[in-house]
Amino acid sequence: MKDKQKLVVIGNGMAPGRMLEALIEKDSSAYEITIFNAEPRVNYNRLMLSPVLSGEKKYEDIITHDDDWYGENNIQLHKSARVSNIDRSAKVVTSFNGIECSYDKLVIATGSNPFIIPLPGHELEGVLTYRDLDDVEKMIDVSKAKGMAVVIGGGLLGLEAAAGLKMQGMDVTVLHLMPTLMERQLDPAAGFLLERAFEDLGIKVITKANTHEILGKDGKVDAVVLDDGTKLPCEMVVMAVGIRPSAELAKTCGIETNRGILVSDDMRTSDPDVFALGECVEHRDQCYGLVAPLYEMAEVIADNLLEGTSEYKGSVTATKLKVTGIDLYSAGDFAEGDDREEIVLRDASGGIYKRLVIKDNKIIGAVLYGDTADGPWFFDLLKKGTDISEMRETLIFGQSYQGGEPLDPLAAVAALPDDAEICGCNGICKSKITVKITELGLTTLDDVRAHTKASSSCGTCTGLVEQLMTLTLGDAYNPNAVTPMCGCTSLGHSDVRRLIKAKELKTIPEVMQELEWTTSTGCAKCRPALNYYLVCDWPDEYADDYQSRFINERVHANIQKDGTYSVVPRMWGGMTSSAELRAIADVVDKFDIPAVKVTGGQRIDMLGIQKEDLPAVWADLGKAGFVSGQAYAKGLRTVKTCVGTNWCRFGTQDSTGLGIKLEKFMWGSWTPAKLKLAVSGCPRNCAEATCKDIGVICVDSGYEIHFAGAAGLDIKGTEILGNVKTEDEVMEHVVALAQMYREQGWYLERIYKWAKRIGLDEIRSQIMDNTEKRKSYYERFVFSQKFAQVDPWDERVSGKDKHEFNPMATLNLEAAE
Amino acid sequence: MNAIASTWVEIGNLSDIPRQGSRCVKLGDKTVAIFRTFDDQVFALEDKCPHKNGPLSQGIVHDGCVTCPLHNWVISLATGEAQGADEGATQAYSVKLDGETVLFDPGSGK
Ligand code: SRM
Ligand SMILES: Cc1cc2nc3c(=O)[nH]c(=O)nc-3n(C[C@H](O)[C@H](O)[C@H](O)COP(=O)(O)OP(=O)(O)OC[C@H]3O[C@@H](n4cnc5c(N)ncnc54)[C@H](O)[C@@H]3O)c2cc1C
Ligand code: SF4
Ligand code: FES
Repeated sequence: MKDKQKLVVIGNGMAPGRMLEALIEKDSSAYEITIFNAEPRVNYNRLMLSPVLSGEKKYEDIITHDDDWYGENNIQLHKSARVSNIDRSAKVVTSFNGIECSYDKLVIATGSNPFIIPLPGHELEGVLTYRDLDDVEKMIDVSKAKGMAVVIGGGLLGLEAAAGLKMQGMDVTVLHLMPTLMERQLDPAAGFLLERAFEDLGIKVITKANTHEILGKDGKVDAVVLDDGTKLPCEMVVMAVGIRPSAELAKTCGIETNRGILVSDDMRTSDPDVFALGECVEHRDQCYGLVAPLYEMAEVIADNLLEGTSEYKGSVTATKLKVTGIDLYSAGDFAEGDDREEIVLRDASGGIYKRLVIKDNKIIGAVLYGDTADGPWFFDLLKKGTDISEMRETLIFGQSYQGGEPLDPLAAVAALPDDAEICGCNGICKSKITVKITELGLTTLDDVRAHTKASSSCGTCTGLVEQLMTLTLGDAYNPNAVTPMCGCTSLGHSDVRRLIKAKELKTIPEVMQELEWTTSTGCAKCRPALNYYLVCDWPDEYADDYQSRFINERVHANIQKDGTYSVVPRMWGGMTSSAELRAIADVVDKFDIPAVKVTGGQRIDMLGIQKEDLPAVWADLGKAGFVSGQAYAKGLRTVKTCVGTNWCRFGTQDSTGLGIKLEKFMWGSWTPAKLKLAVSGCPRNCAEATCKDIGVICVDSGYEIHFAGAAGLDIKGTEILGNVKTEDEVMEHVVALAQMYREQGWYLERIYKWAKRIGLDEIRSQIMDNTEKRKSYYERFVFSQKFAQVDPWDERVSGKDKHEFNPMATLNLEAAE
Repeated sequence: MNAIASTWVEIGNLSDIPRQGSRCVKLGDKTVAIFRTFDDQVFALEDKCPHKNGPLSQGIVHDGCVTCPLHNWVISLATGEAQGADEGATQAYSVKLDGETVLFDPGSGK
């Protein structure tokens, strides 16, 4: 049997990743494959570095091929192995760390290098580029100090870096040499809108900015100085002024290069056994910096490696900027010229600008800002050279206006021809997606991504792909495998919570704007949830929105079926005194309260109070030392206790004292759903601690902490969190657990449901085993209590929200009628 | 009766009502809830849910509707009608703004 041919690939970026997939799909046994990567990792989606930088995604989310993939496909991947030499006569490559490998066919895919302007100071610590994960990690590291950053370069990469750093909390300035941003993809009008959008994000943009030098202090970046003398202090400089094809390796081994590695249409270099692929390539005088053309090259090489005769003919490219909240699309050539006409549409209030450049009745360029939905359609017309004279009048309004009635989006997708391109990055057309869906019975977006590649790169066509799935599968497709929070959004609770943190959203309108709520002011489901998330995440900054709370939390009493209210004061740990009981008795008499009841939570409920009387009732209770029992709150409710060592002959610890301590420490805190605690003095468990959200059972050797019990709609015994020895440890563990739940729970999700979702072991390991995590949860709880432990009754007695308790007007009916 | 059908009575200032909130007006033994939406429109409904008489003034105001505090029926502020699958209607009244002044027509609830 003939030995397998050997294929060596240099560089493990996006282009060769695609080439290998295509090759394996065609013939998985043709080659013994070895791949060298200078980066110390597997293949990941470089386009998604910006969401990683901004905190919207993690590295794990953007991996394209994990280690298993290389194993399954018998590919030898050398990580951290930069190839330093190619011996073409011996057909051997060598890496700088001494790995040698011979080849029959070689693919050079070394990508490109970020260009660094050799300014004075460019070698200082803190001058970074934006190319790979290491760069992103460095940026995130510096951004932790929340200082100032200067980004040099207002192109695609520079702007994505600036937006990401801003989301990490840095103060960002973008310096751009040209008069408008992204001048290679945008005309000045769109560039201007973009600049304004960036300034709205709080990012400073200086155009026509000539950088003079970078100043340092102790070897680190300290400031950037412009030619006009402006000095911008900063802790970080990101240079994003362009890329250079990385062609040196090819050049030193005698392969023909110019700007990039020269290839002919079959993608072979001047050496017929050596192909070049990706950004390092120069083909017909063009070097590319976007993935779509590289993927086309990848398919050509995969075929030619298997004795095919494919040819690459060059590509027209389209660009989208991946900054959340900014919609921008550009394709083709949009310079003005005598032989060209343009069609422009502006809608200032909507912040929309669209411009098409037409030559000989064909679209040759398109710039869209603010509304980019028709980008792919225009791009399709452009690539096909469609004659547009018939639809010239309505062309700019987009596809849905063609042919009479505006189409709904789904009908518009249905109307697309089979060969219409859906995913620009991967060059996937409509029929390829629909055929695969039917053939393989795909039902989830992830499956469609895995099998077609559509929307697996930059992700901006996800909506289109989902519409195709709906068209093909009908009701069988449920786009929201994640249950949305409510009808106002397609995002689930977890995504909303993550994005509130990542994007530092601090008001409800901001959340709704940034996360694209489909209603103007939300609904009764999402508003209370958002209000809680914001209270929890920004305790010192967020101003609680009472209009987004249920009535009970708004007026700090429980509404009854007849519109009256009940009032439950705290009785710490269930303990009371003659003075307290007397005060309650007096209040009941004075306000003629119809019912008094001992609750299931070891305290006393006064029921049937008129709303108008509430402040006066509270004033009297307050004088006796009572505060609100928060019997209405998604927050700390009761801490039940038993008598413990104080009285009980079996008591092992001071369960009453510990319960009171916990209640006094934790009262006032808001939680995703109500939070009830109990402390029992021995395993006889008279305080019923083993069905509470958090319970403590005292034992001879210390304390057993329990959690995730339920005794309401569901009944469930608690799980053991762990054992501790001292009261102080109980406090720290219980409080840390409560905070973890506060930060992760979905609104209205009791602790037992949250625990089921997160995993008991995960919770145990974070709270019991990870001291650092536990302490930081604890500290965050303590911090937020500074703003939460204000007795709401006392506030209202002092006049807060007076309007809640009085009618606006009393009309004399006699007079009116 | 008709004569009073268009008597506008001044009941207070727009700023007396919290945005996305409500205040009550006592009208003999009836209570009318005056609502203020996010974009400063005002509406008036009898403060009685068509379901089980829940006080609508205590609900959450959103999207031209109020969600009843007792069992979450959603009631249109403009018409008083229950939305979605629920059926029933609450009496709507006329209320309008003259500048910042809220004018209410007690006779309109017929
Ligand atoms: C007053 C009290 C009954 C009593 O007379 O003893 C009570 C009264 C109400 N409970 Fe309760 N629960 C009371 C102890 C309990 C207990 C027992 C306990 O806390 O040890 C439970 C079981 C444990 C638990 O929390 O799950 C309990 C499980 C519920 C549930 C079911 C919750 C669940 O997730 O399964 C609800 C409904 C809900 O919250 O959605 C509920 C809801 C209610 C509401 C708030 C119904 C409502 O929305 O109007 C009742 C308010 C009446 C009022 O205006 O005061 N109540 N409720 C108790 C007040 C305790 C306190 O001092 O704060
Ligand atoms: C932040 C960011 C955002 C982007 N956004 C978009 C976008 O939205 N749309 C779009 O179309 N494009 C985008 N791009 C561009 C796109 O990522 C590139 O066009 C594409 O990744 C290039 O693929 P490649 O395989 O040619 O090179 P790369 O993906 O750069 O891979 C080259 C690899 O080769 C390695 N290497 C280099 N020399 C050697 C050597 N001698 N030996 C071994 N290994 C070596 C490098 O370490 C690198 O890992 C973006 C790029 C960045 C950095
Ligand atoms: S069990 Fe609780 S919710 Fe049910 S009627 Fe009794 S107090 Fe109300
Ligand atoms: S009383 Fe309004 S929903 Fe039941």
